[in-house]
Amino acid sequence: MKTSKTTELMVGMFIAVGAAGLFVLAMQVSNLSGFTPANSYTITARFENIGGLKARSPVTVGGVRIGRVASIDYDNDRFEAIVALEMDGKYDQFPDDTTASIYTAGLLGEQYVALEPGGSEDVLAEGSEIDLTQSALVLEKLVSKFLFDKAAEGGDPEP
Amino acid sequence: MDRYLSITRRRITGKIYSMLEWVRQLGRSGIGQFEKLGRANLFLLNTLAGLPELVRRPSLLVKQLWSVGVLSLLIIVVSGLFVGMVLALQGYNTLVDFGAEESLGVAVALSIVRELGPVVTALLFAGRAGSALSAEIGLMKATEQLSGMEMMAVDPMHRVISPRFFAGFLSMPLLAAIFSAVGIYGGYFVGVGLLGVDDGAYWAQMQSKVDFYDDVLNGVIKSLVFGWVVTWIAVFEGYDAVPTSEGVSRATTRTVVYSAFAVLGLDFILTALMFGD
Repeated sequence: MKTSKTTELMVGMFIAVGAAGLFVLAMQVSNLSGFTPANSYTITARFENIGGLKARSPVTVGGVRIGRVASIDYDNDRFEAIVALEMDGKYDQFPDDTTASIYTAGLLGEQYVALEPGGSEDVLAEGSEIDLTQSALVLEKLVSKFLFDKAAEGGDPEP
Repeated sequence: MDRYLSITRRRITGKIYSMLEWVRQLGRSGIGQFEKLGRANLFLLNTLAGLPELVRRPSLLVKQLWSVGVLSLLIIVVSGLFVGMVLALQGYNTLVDFGAEESLGVAVALSIVRELGPVVTALLFAGRAGSALSAEIGLMKATEQLSGMEMMAVDPMHRVISPRFFAGFLSMPLLAAIFSAVGIYGGYFVGVGLLGVDDGAYWAQMQSKVDFYDDVLNGVIKSLVFGWVVTWIAVFEGYDAVPTSEGVSRATTRTVVYSAFAVLGLDFILTALMFGD
């Protein structure tokens, strides 16, 4: 059986368009093009409370995304969360007294790790640990603290 | 007295007999269903055995890719566009109440890539291409073209069924990918163009939340499974049709109905396996 040239051409175009659709999904829609951990190094940070941080949450410095959370684990002895940060290999000049904090993007947005470089001479490398960390703010704790303070103020016996 | 008793007894035995008859009918239809399932599986094995011949003569496959894939393209593109546009419109109305309309891109992309892309494509594919396959093969059987081929020592399983099956199986993931991509751009036109969502936020939020392996590849796996099942049902129902005009019309109907059941049921199972953690 012989197929006509037009048929073959159209089928070829169909396959190409299908592949292009998949390519768009991979590059434009998903995070495949975003952060490629081809050349990266991993550091860890310990937090008392990580709030709603998840694996693949962004890691930023000064608002610029430079890595992502690789994994989250729990230290059973020190009762702390261990967060592994996968950093882009291009940015390897962070001092070892860098501070890691967990912030929320917007009021209800996702949580991310923000790094603030310190002034030390030594730099963070593969496997090093960030000592200075600041836990996530838990909204309920803040609200209850605020209410408690208010109650303590108002509860003073009037003279 | 005696006469009365014998009438009662006869009545009771009659009731028991009719109940047994009903159970027997049930058993017969059950055996019939299992026989059909067995035939379908043997049929699938025979179809897969046609693969080497297909590799030797790819022109057979190309011809079927044309009629199964290329001709389904228009309905897939148009449906994808409108599904994406409707999703953006509905999602925006809900999200804007929470001031979270920047998440529109994520909402549209995840629902299309994970669920609607593969499922709606499979349903449209069953209606557009599956029914056509059943009718074509059923009519070939009714007009004894398949027996004619056998007379000429040409195996109709390898010559007719295999190319159609593999064309459907290969077309489905391509069509689903096109559907998803077009749908997301449809959401973009409505969300960014019409409703004023920020252009950068639409794509950036989407890219940060949609994972290639977890979301996009799982969608492709879903569409492969659906392509396999829908085309299998279509070619089998056509081949198994009663060779009359009524039989062919019944086979076509069954193809669409069974495909819809299979796709929706399998989608639930696949979603539970993939995203249920």
